[in-house]
Order: sequence, then C-alpha cells, then structure tokens
Amino acid sequence: MRYLPLSDGDRKEMLETIGVSSIDDLYCDVPADVLLDSHVQTLPTVRGELEVERAISAMAKKNTGCNSAPSFLGAGLYHHHVPATVDYMIQRGEFLTSYTPYQPEVSQGTLQYLFEFQTQVAMLTGMDVANASMYDGATGCAEAVLMANRVTKRNKAILSGGLHPHYRDVTRTHAHFNDFEVVSAEPDVDNVEDLIDLIDDATSCVVVQTPSFFGHLNDYTKLAEACHAKKALLVVVFTEVLSLGALKTPGEMGADIVVGEGQSVGNALNFGGPTVGLFAVRQKYLRQMPGRVCGETVDADGRRGWVLTLSTREQHIRREKATSNICTNSGLCALAFNIHMTLLGEEGLTKLSALNHARACQVADKLDTLDGVEVLNETFFNEFTVRLSKSATEVIDQLAERGVLGGVPVRRLYQDRPELDNLLLVAVTETTTDEDIDALMAGLTEVLS
Amino acid sequence: MSDLHTITGNQGLQIEEPLIFEQDTPGKCGVDLPDVPEVKTRLGGLAREGKIGLPGMTEPDTVRHYMRLSQKNYAIDTGFYPLGSCTMKHNPRLNEKMARLGGLADLHPLQPNSTVQGALELIDQCAHWLKELTGMPAVAMSPAAGAHGELCGLMAARAAHEAKGNPRKIVLCPESAHGTNPATAAACGYKVESIPATSDGRVDLDALKAALNEDVAAIMLTNPNTCGLFERDIVEIAEAVHAVGAYFYCDGANFNAIMGRVRPGDLGIDCMHINLHKTFSTPHGGGGPGSGPVVLSAALAPYAPVPYVVDTGDGFKLVEHKADSDQDPFGRIKGFHGQMGMFIRSLSYMMSHGSDGLRQASGDAVLNANYLKAKLQDMLTVSFPDGPCMHEVLFDDRFLKDTGVTTLDFAKMMIDEGVHPMTMYFPLVVHGALLMEPTETENKATLDKFIHMIREMTQKAKDGAAESFKSAPMLTPRRRLDETKAARSPVLKWTEAAE
Repeated sequence: MRYLPLSDGDRKEMLETIGVSSIDDLYCDVPADVLLDSHVQTLPTVRGELEVERAISAMAKKNTGCNSAPSFLGAGLYHHHVPATVDYMIQRGEFLTSYTPYQPEVSQGTLQYLFEFQTQVAMLTGMDVANASMYDGATGCAEAVLMANRVTKRNKAILSGGLHPHYRDVTRTHAHFNDFEVVSAEPDVDNVEDLIDLIDDATSCVVVQTPSFFGHLNDYTKLAEACHAKKALLVVVFTEVLSLGALKTPGEMGADIVVGEGQSVGNALNFGGPTVGLFAVRQKYLRQMPGRVCGETVDADGRRGWVLTLSTREQHIRREKATSNICTNSGLCALAFNIHMTLLGEEGLTKLSALNHARACQVADKLDTLDGVEVLNETFFNEFTVRLSKSATEVIDQLAERGVLGGVPVRRLYQDRPELDNLLLVAVTETTTDEDIDALMAGLTEVLS
Repeated sequence: MSDLHTITGNQGLQIEEPLIFEQDTPGKCGVDLPDVPEVKTRLGGLAREGKIGLPGMTEPDTVRHYMRLSQKNYAIDTGFYPLGSCTMKHNPRLNEKMARLGGLADLHPLQPNSTVQGALELIDQCAHWLKELTGMPAVAMSPAAGAHGELCGLMAARAAHEAKGNPRKIVLCPESAHGTNPATAAACGYKVESIPATSDGRVDLDALKAALNEDVAAIMLTNPNTCGLFERDIVEIAEAVHAVGAYFYCDGANFNAIMGRVRPGDLGIDCMHINLHKTFSTPHGGGGPGSGPVVLSAALAPYAPVPYVVDTGDGFKLVEHKADSDQDPFGRIKGFHGQMGMFIRSLSYMMSHGSDGLRQASGDAVLNANYLKAKLQDMLTVSFPDGPCMHEVLFDDRFLKDTGVTTLDFAKMMIDEGVHPMTMYFPLVVHGALLMEPTETENKATLDKFIHMIREMTQKAKDGAAESFKSAPMLTPRRRLDETKAARSPVLKWTEAAE
C-alpha cells in the first residue's frame, strides 16, 4: 500500500525489538471475541491511484456543477470566482498539513495569517475584535446566541423572520438541549417586520440578518438602541460577506455581535462545506467570545510574534465551564479568505461588491419584464426574491432539465410554508455572464408560459 | 539567535515578513475586474461611506507574502510530527485533487436533487465505509468537527431519553477525558461527574458501577483512551451502562488504532464520532476545517439530525426537514449538508487503502508506537508500562526529576532538533505528560533517528544541561513567546496606533 512505508522486514525487526511475534499480539487487551481475525470482508481491497480517480470522477460526472451551467443559486452560499493564487497557496504543505498552532515558535506562519484574518474581519464588520473563525455561519449564529445569554445572564433570543432558516434551526437545536427560549418571527418576505415591541427584560438578544434571507437591506441602528435600552444585545448576521464591501457596517449600526458566512471570499461552494464562519464582537465582551483567538506578543528576544491566547475561556482548560466545546476553527478556509481579501484589497473588494450589485440590478430589471415574474425587493445587494406565477420548485426542476440552475425555491428551506410556494431566490454574482442571463430569461419564458 | 545579527533581520531562508497592513501602498490590487455597469442602485441609502481600511497587494507580492509565512510553519510534509491524540499522518495529494474536481467543488448545496445524484452517492458511499468499519447501523454525517460530533452524539442520546420521558441529569466522564467531553456534556444541559482511573490507566470499573444510576444519561469514554490504552473492560462497561438505561458515547479520536480490527458496534457502543481529519487523513489545515461524522447504534439511529441521504433504489434522496423524515431527527446542527469536501478526501483515502490496507495501517500505527516505547522505556518513564500500548505511548516527567528540565523545556529543545514536539501536559492524569503518536506513515529510519535524538536529549538533561533546555528553541523564526503578556493585555488585531 503506497502510503505505508514499513516493509515486512521492518515489521519483523520491530516486533522482535518489542518482544512479540505478530502485530495481533499487540492487541492482547482487546477481548478476544470482539477482535476481528481479518480485514472487514464487506468492503473492497486496496486500489491504485488511477482506479480511485476513475471511481470518484465517475460520481462527479453525474453532477451539474455551477461552473458548467448558468447558476443563480444563493440562499446562504454564493458562486464566486476564486483567484488561482488562493488555491495554490492553501495547498502549500506547510499550511495544509500543520496542526493547530500549539507550538508557536514553529507556527508563526499560521498565527500571522490568523492575526491578519482577525483584523480583516474586524475591519469589514466594523467591530472591535474577531476570532480565528467558526465552523460556518449557522453554527456561528447559535454560538452568538449562547454568548449573548452568558453576557446578559438571560434566556430568551428573538430571531428575525429574515434570518436564514438553517441558522434559525441550528440555534433552536441548541435552545432545546441547553434550555433557553427562542422566539422566531414569521418569514419576513416583504420586509415589514418590527421586532422592537418583542424585546423585554428577559431578552438576551435580537438576531437579524443583512441582507436578509429574502435579500432586503435594513438599517438596524434603531433596533440596536431599543436592544440596549432593555440591556439586550443585537446580533447581526450576514450570509454574503461581499455585501460588507458595499454597505454600512453592522458595527456602525450598533451591533454587539456580528456573525456570518465567509465562503464567498476565497472558498469554493463544496456542496455546502467546509466553509468559514466569521465572528466579531465589541471589546467589552471579548472574554465571553467562543472559539480560537490569536494575539500579539513578544518572544524571548523581544521580537514581535503571535500566539493562541485567552485559552482560559476554552474547553481544554475550563472543561465543563468553558464558553463553548469548540476545539478547532476553520483554519485553512480562513487562510483562503485572508489571501483572497489581500488580493482584493480595499479597491478590489469595493469594485467586486459594486459589480455584484450592478449585475443583480440588471437581472432584476430584466426579470421584472417577464410575464409571471414579480421582483419583490425594493432593496437588495446581489440576491432578491421573485414571485412566480407557479410553484418555484417545479419551475426550478424544469429549468434544470434545460441546463439552467435558476435559483433556490424558498420552499426548499421553508418546507412547512405552502403559502411561499411561488417564491424564488435569485442570486447574481460577478460570474454571471450575459449568456447566463439570456438562458435564464429564455428558460423562464418557456416554463412559465 | 541573538548572537547572529544580519542587516535585514533575515536569516537565510527565514525572511522577516511584515503584516499585510504594513506593506500597503494605497490602490494596490491583485485582481483585474471588468468595469461596473451603470445602474440605479438598490442599496436603499445604506451604501458605505467611509473607508474599510483593507490593504491590497498585487499578485507577485501576495504570493511572496504567503510563501514566506508558510516557511515559518512546521508541518507533516516537513517532518516527524508525533503529536499524541492528533494523528498527524501523511495527507495524500490524491485526496486534494479529488476534492477539487469539477462537479464536486463547484456544487451548490441547494441545487435540484436531479443535478447532484453523484454527490449524494458519494456521501452515501462514505457513510457506508464508516458504518462497515465501525459495525454500526447508522451515521450522522453533518457534524463539522470532532467536538461538533460529540455534541451531535450526545444530543441524540438526550433526544432518546426525552422520548422516554426523562432526559436525565448526569454524564460521566473519566478523569483522563479530553476537555471537549465535559464541555459537550455541559452544552447539552448535563452535569458532569468524573470517574477516577485505576493505577493501570484504565477506567475504574468499580467506581464507574458505583456512580451509575437512573440519573445518568450517558458515559463519555475514549477508547483507546487518552493514555493510549485499550479499555479492557469495555464490554462490561457497556453492559453496566445499559443496565441503568444510560447510553455509551465513545470518543472516536483514537479510532486510528483499531480500524479494521475492532468494530465499536461489537463493543456495545451507542454513538461514536470519527475525526475524518485524524483517522481518515483529511488535512488538519493549521486548525481545521475538520469533520466529525457520528456513527449510531439502532437505539439512537432514529434521532440522527437532518439532513441525511437515503438510497431509494431509484436514485438518492436528501431528507432535509424533520417533517419529511420517517424517523425522529432531533433537529439540525449545521448549515447545509456537512463537510462534503472532507467526505471526498476520506472516501479517496479509504478506497485507496481498501479494507485490507486500513487494517494494515492501524496495525502499523500500533507497531510504531510500541517500537518507540520499547526503545525509550529504559531512558524515559512510561506511565503505564505493563502490556502493549495502542497507537500512542504516554510518558510522564519522572525521568526529568532533579534535572531542572520540564516537559515544556524538553519539547522546546525538540523543536531545535527539527522535530515537532509530542503532545504535552495531556492527559492530565499523569504529571508532565509526554504523549507520542508516531502514526503508520513514518518509516523505521525516521523512528530510529527520533529515538536516538530523544535518548541523547535525555542524557543531556541528566548531565546538567538545564540551561540550554531553558533557552530552547534558539533556531526558530521566533524563540519562546510570552503567553502571559498576550493574555493579560490582548492585542487581537493590527491597528495603526499600535505601530
């Protein structure tokens, strides 16, 4: 087997050194009746690289990827172009095959990029400090609510109807098992919700999303003030990090915790994972923040360097009293984010964001001209909701037959809401070509007629 | 290396590299984008007004920046990395190639099912391998990491208790447990009780039995345990746990020792997470992303979270909502469908080895660890010397007694010798722990060199060279870093004022 360097001769010699006659002898502590006497017979045996490549490629070929079809899918993850430099760099073995930087003297590369990443995230969100990343946006959202509960010593979270349903569901799961209350507002299709009246003295936080799940943009300054008046926190979620290149930051609006998905920068869609959760907070709540954090310090010679820090919050020190059970971050995805954001810089990000928005505006205007299609949003960034004259799920399936990935039917995530059956989320990015738009228009015209 | 000054501060291949924020020339950009079409914007008066402050770089400068950073890291690709409990094995490059295939990397998770049949098949195949290797009937694929898998498994256990009308109150964890175990139990609303170990490094069965009662929801046990030993009484432990109606959570962090040789399903385990980034070689990536599928017994399978893949016989179906399930899922724990990129890499790894290769891999991992033990036991102090160890060997710091050298000092000296240190000070059940896990992908020559180095270092410590240990490492891009300063006045981002 090509990954196993010991030869039979090595094994024999080593067994003699140990003083046993076979590898099986090393398993003498395993009860004999549960020890297998040969490999698991129901699975195939060793295969060469070529055979494995063929088997997996065969499965890949059965799929239609977003690079090979016009794609308007969003709803939490977005199809963007990732510069070649990013994927080359993250495959450097020194980044790819190192562990969590527990030995900082030989991990300054990882630590420095985490420090850069944290700075970029803090700048983008308009917050004081950020951690070294979370698993993804949805789990980050749940952790934000848990954190708000700790900070306020309260037990009730109010979730906007504009919050991504997966984020809501993951938070609810934690609420169920960790015994706190979650109030979920009705799906806010038309951007009319007002959560201020729901805030009371038991409320730990209000969680809103911008752009909302349905694509709407809102200024949450007043909501932040209302939260703070009741000593509750405002958690602002985003699923499209590129929007932060175009919009007023959550920090400027008064958010206490900002959490979101960073996949759009540097990371492929990967059928939903791995991605990278971004998490930023106000300085005063720093010690209640979950997850790994990298901090600046000096070495024995007084030179600047970086270490993982504030570990007294974490499970390996605090055990059952830790702020979270999290043990890792999404390191390599954070590196991809960091590199892509460095390539973009202020100028590139601003332009890329503007390009996404402008392309989306063009598509919205075109779609609005079609019979049976109504754009519902007055405001949006690069994704908006349309109401179709028939079931969006059926329309999407028929578009797929025509080789167009036309968007995400709202029912895919709001399965229990038949009244939302005709709603479709349409996302547009810099990857969308004029030909893609034409294909969508032609497909919709045909399917809706 | 304070005695080796250069004009630049660089030392040969070690090049000092400022932060991106310190290299910024305004307007630099590493991407060329088309012009933005003129449109009437729909930002509703929320357009950003001020600058973000992000630095930019052109492509050549960017490549050089990250290349220089990469050269400050030690990695498996660099050399021996015997970090106990972390399974730092070789990461095959085929896995990376497969994960980047068109039709996999560019799939959106919410595409129509008809356009992702191959992806669902791949998840199903990966799940099949995991179920067969563990002898368990079901697997929840969505957990994002080991600790997330623990959470998933314990939530399933709690859901099963709730279905019977009583969630119960207590989770038992051995003293030697990884910190995530008690933290997970607390996150599921349980009180944690600690179970002592016996003098041979295993769970004290009598103490465990005494602690078991109808308030106990589950036990969380690592097997092979964090001392690198197989829990001999595991079947009896499972029986005792089940006798009071509790569930048996096994932390599968150390599955690499037993894959293809022992099936957790045969031991009476109800749930176990599998760190795909350990046992199944997906890259650790400097701290993630991981992936932690949880295999489940028949008792807990009905409570597995959404989403999951079903082979209908006429294509694959993705069950994403509780209402669409004929089971009783406890909910959702992650956005979308889990760490697909890791499923691809793991499947590539498992297919490459085959069932026979995986069995050889676990055997070689255990062989390598026992070889280290045999060759070092006269110089170092093995914490539990009786009988073989599994895939890792635990030493404590008795061998350093009266030398003035601590486990930390010893580790830092290893860095200067070009080897990544073992895990230090874990598990907590022995003093100054040194936990070494060589893995199966190291050849004998590497082990022999390592053994020689450790023996010489130990001799040096015993010969009174404490000062040189205290000042190590000397040859790294940075020497020992002041962690107290970092924690006392945290600087977590670059600011202009701080420069």
